[in-house]
Amino acid sequence: MNEQRGLLTGEHFMLGDHAAAEGALLAGCRFFAGYPITPATEIAERMSVRLPQVGGVYIQMEDELASMNAILGASWAGIKSMTATSGPGFSLMMENLGLGIMLETPCVLINVQRGGPSTGLPTLVGQQDMMQARWGSHGDYEIIALAPTSPQELFDLTIRAFNLAEKFRTPVLVMGDAEVGHMTEKVVIPSPDEVEIVHRPEVRKGDVEPDLFRVFRDGTGGNGYVSPMVAVGQGYRIHVTGLTHDERGYPGMNARTQDWNVHRLINKIRAHRDEIIQTEEQDLEDAEVVVVSYGISARTSLWPIELARREGIKVGYLRLITVWPFPDERIRELAKGIRAFVVPELNMGQIIREVERCAAGQALVLGANRPGGDILEPEQVLNVIRQAAGRPVEAVGSRSHEPVETLEE
Amino acid sequence: MQRHDQGTYEYLRHHKRFPHLWCAGCGIGIVMGSIVRSVQNLELNQDDVAIISGIGCTGRMPVYMDFNTMHTTHGRALAFATGLKLARPEMEIIVVMGDGDALAIGGNHFIHAARRNIDLTAVIVNNNIYGMTGGQSSPTTPLDARSATAPYGHIEPPFPITDLAMAAGAPFVARSTVYHVTELDKLMEQAVRKKGFAVLEAVSYCHTTFGRANDLKSPVAMMRLLKDKSIPLQAAARLEEGPDPDQIVRGVFRDDDRPEYTELYDKVIEKAHGTLPPRKRKVRRGWV
Repeated sequence: MNEQRGLLTGEHFMLGDHAAAEGALLAGCRFFAGYPITPATEIAERMSVRLPQVGGVYIQMEDELASMNAILGASWAGIKSMTATSGPGFSLMMENLGLGIMLETPCVLINVQRGGPSTGLPTLVGQQDMMQARWGSHGDYEIIALAPTSPQELFDLTIRAFNLAEKFRTPVLVMGDAEVGHMTEKVVIPSPDEVEIVHRPEVRKGDVEPDLFRVFRDGTGGNGYVSPMVAVGQGYRIHVTGLTHDERGYPGMNARTQDWNVHRLINKIRAHRDEIIQTEEQDLEDAEVVVVSYGISARTSLWPIELARREGIKVGYLRLITVWPFPDERIRELAKGIRAFVVPELNMGQIIREVERCAAGQALVLGANRPGGDILEPEQVLNVIRQAAGRPVEAVGSRSHEPVETLEE
Repeated sequence: MQRHDQGTYEYLRHHKRFPHLWCAGCGIGIVMGSIVRSVQNLELNQDDVAIISGIGCTGRMPVYMDFNTMHTTHGRALAFATGLKLARPEMEIIVVMGDGDALAIGGNHFIHAARRNIDLTAVIVNNNIYGMTGGQSSPTTPLDARSATAPYGHIEPPFPITDLAMAAGAPFVARSTVYHVTELDKLMEQAVRKKGFAVLEAVSYCHTTFGRANDLKSPVAMMRLLKDKSIPLQAAARLEEGPDPDQIVRGVFRDDDRPEYTELYDKVIEKAHGTLPPRKRKVRRGWV
């Protein structure tokens, strides 16, 4: 324990959800607002213990609508803030995720995904919110979403999420899942001075003539990406609104302001795609089949990939660490030289649509899907890889789609 | 009598945002004036005051006021303000809401903010209708009144705002009207000064929508109604049968003290620090 700052260091055998909380603390998060929900509750519980230890604030709100709003309020007070939830709560947070995007408010939202729709499978895994992460709030915007595949990555990517949120002044999503969140594994926590921590560009009292300050204009003391934030109480007396607004933050109900506002929100992300997008790649040089996956499904694809290689199939592996924005260029490039993509995911086909869009008919795109409840079976993924390589598919005990009368709970 | 209009001018974004979008004769501006006068009389620094709103006619109030102002989503102003207050307990935060904003879509946030007793001033401008969207029924539309969505008369009873606030635990609860400006100013000052969750219902009107549907087409007619139908709390207490249900009782319904949330959280931080000296407030403020 680092006594001075109350932060952990060293090697720990740690729950994924707890690792996310520790990552947030190291990133400088000092405010958490949330609502209990399986399988994300352990993040809130950990924060309720840890935040007051480092002088921060934890609050349990009345619902997820309120949680999302409270973290926006704290962020405008100049404090790094976060919330965590799962499917049903994620749906409720969509409203004010939009407000966060519109107000260009840095904050982090962790979704420990479970099976849906509706209440679905509270305790069991799913990856069915991937498209909701992209398009869930109304209107046009760009979003950043990261997909951890282990407790260590829940730690690392939560820090990265904060850094991206601060740099681009936007909410950032960490799209975990019940397997990763409830997995206990080795987590290595570096000492704070070994980690790059980004702080928002900020204007303080006396930096700029208040009347000349523009809370939404590039280049007034910003970091080259966005204009600086100003916390309330710094003498600038800014106005921010969820309405379409100009660079001073004042509403403008016309097409011209809308055009400027929406382009601003979109371009600040699109212009920096290269910096935001991270992938992990293996054996892509001579691949005939490339498995594209993310989160827990990427991890469970490693064994079927190994089995397929033993059968002589040249399989490459592309893991999306950043899911949004999507690595269009990389997929487009790969599509030219391979036979097929295989996209394993715990939903009935979400990210596969992006792969299909980028492949644009140049390569076959096959999915390995199941709607959550359990991880993908290696045989299922292996068979799709075989099919993608044009090899015969072996009959394996396929899952019954007959109605289930009694659940064996 | 002291006049404030010149001073008030300085607290508004006159050169930036006016003319305002409210209908001529609307009562919301009177409530805005009352907020400004309370800030002035309490000699608060403009930089230390934040005005947070949700959506609707009242939601547009902050943009005209020269403070830290934030126009959030429908019903969520109190939740946003809760985050802001916890992160900056030294700020004076006034949340302005309409009746639909505070009690329908934001009803849950309202009762929980009151229960927590977080130091916010909640001003509810009650015009008994959804004005901005064209006069639909709200949670305070009176029984039998007509609205754009109750053309045959409203069949739901209205929320008694002050009773609701008290039942939820708010330590300061008061009501006045936009006709009784001097009284409204006095109660506004008390509400802003209050350490804890202070609820002030400012009864207003919407002659444009509610009035048109209910034979009260002019602001004058609606003002007269506020004058004739309202009764001070002390006078109401003397009535043997109590006030009529449609009477507007004005005054301070509750003003007592109970532990405030941000102060209680200071103690949580002290406990969590264990042997470390209590130094939370410094840590929290100096975090940025």
